[in-house]
Amino acid sequence: MSEELYIYCTDMEGKEHKLQATEEWSVMEIIREGGIPILGQCGGSCACATCQIYVDPSWKDKIPEPSEEEIGMLDGAFGVNENSRLACQIFFTRELNGLRVKLAPGSV
Amino acid sequence: MEEGREIKLIETDAIIIGTGPAGLFAVFELGLHDIKCHLVDILDRPGGQCAELYPEKPIYDIPGVPVCTGGELVERLMEQIKPFHPEFHLGQMAEKLEKTPEGKWRVTASGGVIFEAPVVVIAAGGGSFVPKKPPVKDIERFEGKSVFYAVRRKDDFAGKNIVIAGGGDSALDWALNLQPVAGKVTLVHRRDEFRAAPDTVSKMRALVEAGKMDLEIATLAAIEGENGQISKVVLHRDGAELIHLPCDALLAFYGLTMKLGPVAGFDLKFEGDLIAVDPASFETNQPGVFAIGDICTYPGKMKLILSGFHEAALMARKAFGYVHPDRRYRFQYTTSSSNLKSALGVTQTK
Repeated sequence: MSEELYIYCTDMEGKEHKLQATEEWSVMEIIREGGIPILGQCGGSCACATCQIYVDPSWKDKIPEPSEEEIGMLDGAFGVNENSRLACQIFFTRELNGLRVKLAPGSV
Repeated sequence: MEEGREIKLIETDAIIIGTGPAGLFAVFELGLHDIKCHLVDILDRPGGQCAELYPEKPIYDIPGVPVCTGGELVERLMEQIKPFHPEFHLGQMAEKLEKTPEGKWRVTASGGVIFEAPVVVIAAGGGSFVPKKPPVKDIERFEGKSVFYAVRRKDDFAGKNIVIAGGGDSALDWALNLQPVAGKVTLVHRRDEFRAAPDTVSKMRALVEAGKMDLEIATLAAIEGENGQISKVVLHRDGAELIHLPCDALLAFYGLTMKLGPVAGFDLKFEGDLIAVDPASFETNQPGVFAIGDICTYPGKMKLILSGFHEAALMARKAFGYVHPDRRYRFQYTTSSSNLKSALGVTQTK
């Protein structure tokens, strides 16, 4: 099977990028590997809230719910809304192929 | 530096900028080479990210330590470097790096201390921890006048109508502390749950219940005012309703973030926000100035605590030549060397 795996990420300037995705990688790692300098200061351990993204509403239900820890960590982010997630806490699977996300304030 | 402050000159062997795990372990490695260290850190306690971002989180990849928290790792490192009597200068920003006419390095810190040494080790991780600033328009114009990220003197807020933003311990502690002196305190948080000590949360809830403190579940949308004096905050409530809340001061507590800060102005070779080093010695392009831990880059670099430890060991070997130019380098093991054992304050054991 050589299905192409990818996500779409809109940067702070509003430009959408199609990024190659790898199963089991966090969305943060996929974004970074794709050449978009997402901050992610703690390295992906849900400890800093500098990888906030907005998940496209059409994808929200397909992604596992955030943990209490992740919801709490979002207290340290800005512009948080019902689509806010930490990119380091979403792990890519085939079911998420074509996922659309947008970088949020404080993530670059 | 501010004028009129007393300036203190400290001459030492090595100045370490940053007290995260890499900076702390550098004290150990340099200590084994009879190199005395002074450390500077912007935070008021040692530990860097381990202390600030994940003191309670478990770390599993420290060799020989199956699990310990960020806080425990810092405690253990502090214990391990005790024999070398490192001196800490906390709550200070390393602002300037320059060469002295005698060929040493001079580091100027924000607290009015100037250090001179033949060796400087930059172990500043992701940079300095600074408060997260709400991304609202023109906030810089109000900072230090009516918008603050810390409280210096409670009395400055006496009788004032203050808005405190945030949902953690800092926000709640200050809300409770300032409530008796302030004219009015409004706590603003994005959700009706607080990540603070349960006792603090209960006290806050009681004050709100008693009508002695206001609580708004909303996010900060804008601030208004003139000449640095805030006159109101605009809050965004769920359902797009905007609230205009008059106030005299805004205190924002959204935690800390890392900014490279003054290090960016040091005359060193950078690759982006990272300092390029020689992976054989972790020396920068400036002889005697080293960079270790997350802030350095070289082919194959991994941002792991254990990489910082390795980098500290190789750095110390090269640093030895700068601090003790007249001594011959001798490689020794802590298991067998009586010199090292006496430096560590341990007696000979089998």
